[in-house]
Amino acid sequence: MSWSTPPYLLADVSVRRVMLQVLVALLPGIAAYVWLIGPAIILQLLIATLAALLGEALMLRLRRRPLLLFLTDGSAIVTAWLVALAFPPLSPWWLTVVGVLFAIVVAKHLYGGLGQNPFNPAMIAFAACIVSFPALMSQWPALGLRLSLAEQFGIIAGLAPRVDAMSGATPLDALKTALKLGDGAVDVPTLLATQEVFGNFAGRGWEWVSTGYLLGGLWLWQRKVITWQAPAAFVGGLSLLAGILWAWNPQQFANPLFHLFSGGSLLGAFFIVTDPVSGSTTFRGKLIFGFLAGAIAYVIRVFGGYPDGVAFAVLLMNLCVPLIDMYTQAPIFGMKNPK
Amino acid sequence: MIGRDEFIEIRDNGLWKQNTSLVQILGLCPLLAVTTNAVNGVMLSLATIIVMAVANLAVASLRNLIPHEIRIPVFILIVAALVTVVDLLFNAQLHELYLVLGIFIPLIVTNCIVLARVEAFANKNPPLQSVFDGVFMGVGMLWTLALLGGLRELLGGGTLFAGIDMVFPGLQPLQLLPGDYPGLLLAMLPPGAFILLGCLIAWKNWVEARAAARHSAQRSLPTPPAPLTDRV
Repeated sequence: MSWSTPPYLLADVSVRRVMLQVLVALLPGIAAYVWLIGPAIILQLLIATLAALLGEALMLRLRRRPLLLFLTDGSAIVTAWLVALAFPPLSPWWLTVVGVLFAIVVAKHLYGGLGQNPFNPAMIAFAACIVSFPALMSQWPALGLRLSLAEQFGIIAGLAPRVDAMSGATPLDALKTALKLGDGAVDVPTLLATQEVFGNFAGRGWEWVSTGYLLGGLWLWQRKVITWQAPAAFVGGLSLLAGILWAWNPQQFANPLFHLFSGGSLLGAFFIVTDPVSGSTTFRGKLIFGFLAGAIAYVIRVFGGYPDGVAFAVLLMNLCVPLIDMYTQAPIFGMKNPK
Repeated sequence: MIGRDEFIEIRDNGLWKQNTSLVQILGLCPLLAVTTNAVNGVMLSLATIIVMAVANLAVASLRNLIPHEIRIPVFILIVAALVTVVDLLFNAQLHELYLVLGIFIPLIVTNCIVLARVEAFANKNPPLQSVFDGVFMGVGMLWTLALLGGLRELLGGGTLFAGIDMVFPGLQPLQLLPGDYPGLLLAMLPPGAFILLGCLIAWKNWVEARAAARHSAQRSLPTPPAPLTDRV
């Protein structure tokens, strides 16, 4: 910070430290995930980490950049973990590897490496894979599926056949399908109360994974690793749209709480839209960015064909970031922005 | 007539230096739409080559008679007449392929590669040179589209030359990857074409940068400026 002016405040912010804190903040969500699904997700995280480090090393070598400095900064591992958490936990190993390599090689290094990527790498990986392998990317394990450690590892390694019980639907998908099939005859409150896939206030089990992400995110905010604007605006955008439609027709639209704790909402709110590289950087910009990302995510997940819309919403808003940042630039101290 | 150096220059411009897809980045619409396999790319390129060669010949022959102010409508009329001929030919001889290529054969009329060569080359050069220019520009497009199409179908489905039976009824496409290959669907969609085209452009620039570096090392001159990456 050689260009800053005194008085100086000492802040220990290195990329490595920030990334390490993000990884720690993911742990509550991961713990809930393990409780819900089993150790498969740990294996996925390991596969993703390994693939990310290999891809990073390869690209750093090709680009003639210092290997050790960038390999140990943790940014590749954060991307890898986000990819692994966004993908179905029993995906075959190569799907995770393809996703992670797409994130690291294409979305990160082809755009110039850490700090240069206009799109969130993990979301690029998700979008690329759900477009390429729609069937595999929607095979979420059905609830109550109890597989042993060896069985889970066998499925991920491709040694065991992929059983039918693995291709369950996410709570969001289940709701959308039930509403479509019911054709107006079924209503949301009954569905939420009767179907097994729904729990106390969102998807059974998944609501606690989301709560884990929420706790981790709040800790990151408390540690001042992230600011409140983007997550709050994301939650606000999603809840506002969900709330309006729910108030208008509670029979056909789920309540905002359900949407907040379903799918990738909270993972997206605290770990994706807060990305300092691909997200907006100004105070008002973060509010606009988060709000629109949340609103678009809601529109895509409720009216679109894909099970969740967070990835596409974030990527769409990543595109708008240069424009948002240009129009929300804070005035220099003591000056007024030209109108 | 045409000199040897002139011929070589026209050939190299078409095949590499001014490659329509990799350097001029023209005609992206058919490029995205038909390169889902190598056969489609090659066949559309062949249609374009015929149109370009004859259009260049016609325009170069008539270039002194065409009033400058209305040259573009005249060019388009000439190209449209030729495309109609090619369109009917494909419909009659290669009907299945015609159904696959669909609108993209009539759209050769509006292909900016054709209009660009007619306007930039045939309008200013004698007929023989213009014919060569049309052919080599077309061949440059052909190998790029064939390569891109081959890459896309290999990544997307594990095959090579899918649909070749539509052109040569006896032949079968090659299945290069095992049958249970899941297929990277992205490669078959337009974004995949953009990403792979970007990779091909990067590859071309890399080859040229390496050649330039070797050249300057031999002459022990300072490194020449990096080649142009793209044209807007």
